[in-house]
Amino acid sequence: MVKSTITFGPQHPVFPEPIQFILKVVDEKVVLAEPQIGYVHRGIEKAFELNDPKDNIFLAERICGICPAPHTTAYVRGVESLMGIEAPPRAKYIRTIMNELNRIHSHILWAGLLGDAIGFESYFMQTWNYREKVLDAIEKISGHRVTYAMNAIGGVRRDMTNEQLRGLEKTMDYVESSLENIEDVMKDYTIKKRTQGIGILTEEEARRDGAVGPTARASGISQDLRTSGYDAYGDLKFEPVVVNNCDSYGRFAVRWQELKQSIDLIRQCIVKMPSGEILTKSNNPMNGEAISRVEAPRGELFYYIKGNGSKKLERVKVRTPTFANIIPTVTMLSKGCQVADVSVIVLSMDPCISCTER
Amino acid sequence: MPGMLKIIFGNLFKKRATRLYPFEKRAPFENARGSMDFAHMENCIFCNLCAKNCPPKAITVDRANKRNALDPLRCIQCGVCAEACPKKVIEMRGQYNEPCYAKRTHVAAQVVKCAQTPPEQK
Repeated sequence: MVKSTITFGPQHPVFPEPIQFILKVVDEKVVLAEPQIGYVHRGIEKAFELNDPKDNIFLAERICGICPAPHTTAYVRGVESLMGIEAPPRAKYIRTIMNELNRIHSHILWAGLLGDAIGFESYFMQTWNYREKVLDAIEKISGHRVTYAMNAIGGVRRDMTNEQLRGLEKTMDYVESSLENIEDVMKDYTIKKRTQGIGILTEEEARRDGAVGPTARASGISQDLRTSGYDAYGDLKFEPVVVNNCDSYGRFAVRWQELKQSIDLIRQCIVKMPSGEILTKSNNPMNGEAISRVEAPRGELFYYIKGNGSKKLERVKVRTPTFANIIPTVTMLSKGCQVADVSVIVLSMDPCISCTER
Repeated sequence: MPGMLKIIFGNLFKKRATRLYPFEKRAPFENARGSMDFAHMENCIFCNLCAKNCPPKAITVDRANKRNALDPLRCIQCGVCAEACPKKVIEMRGQYNEPCYAKRTHVAAQVVKCAQTPPEQK
């Protein structure tokens, strides 16, 4: 058998972000995949040490363009635990709403990109049209579509008025009804043919390779950091979405159900929203080490923060969910998939390379 | 087929889904942070708080010449300067900055009013 090598990426029509896979191919079957990353390294972790901790919130926001809310939430929660303060309840609810809105827009974006990778362009157009309404809702609350700048150390920067909450409820109704419009895609023959039984990651493999987020939940692992009850999640009723398909279709199904779960969580937040302060001010010194974990749309986001009592932080380490999901993807690819399925398999774990490399 | 016909006729009489962007611009939302503006320079006391709090250090305050300058390409539209300003000189405008060919700094100067107005002559 002649083994040939195909370099897939870093610039590829279906890859939204620069990751390269060097595929060893026998006939049309992939027998080995080697990931290559490092194309968009920006040295943000070093920049964390040079800036003021207050300014670092905006830096953390710019690690990832799709999930700024979890990044800033993880950072401010870490700094808050170093300072020994806690955000007021209303601020926690506003943070939760922003995180869930972020999850909705990220999952819809992903669904569109998957449609694009499969060759279903009109689905891509429809989903991104609905996503635009979610981004509008975010802009009405925070003032910006992509960089929300909502979190502050000790709370949030902007309060939500009753009008904004009512507007958000309307947007959620709209998003729910529009998702029902395109739900039949899940039953579509072509989509099933391209995703079912492709990119298999069994439960043991997912545990061995350390998969996180929807990738792990599609392999039957009930792992969702939101169940640990940080921010307002402790007060809300929800169960992690777990599917036992273990394939690309399962990862699609998990994200689709999580969209509905997020809409439900936002509605619960609107009903239970407490009144009161939104910011706890503090000038406590930052001394010691802190770990902060948040469930981002792609999985577990981890921040390690170390302070030495001075005005600047000594070290900030970020581990993003995509970094944890690269090895499971290699496992999925190396099982003898077709070259044409590589793009769907890689997209099914929702890669975000810009935050992986920082 | 009947479902398809419904969509076809629906689309014939529906409002256009897209906007002819450069000619038709969507009105910005109420509290949108499109760009930063030294809107009320007459109230400025040149306290330097905006420049001190600015995360990307885009603002420079020149107290001697009574001028504030903003580098719009460094500005990240976070709105921290507007929050920090004690005299509410800085406002966040909803409209985004236009694309530009050259990197220019925006300079806002304070117009000094005369303390005594000259008496009217008959």
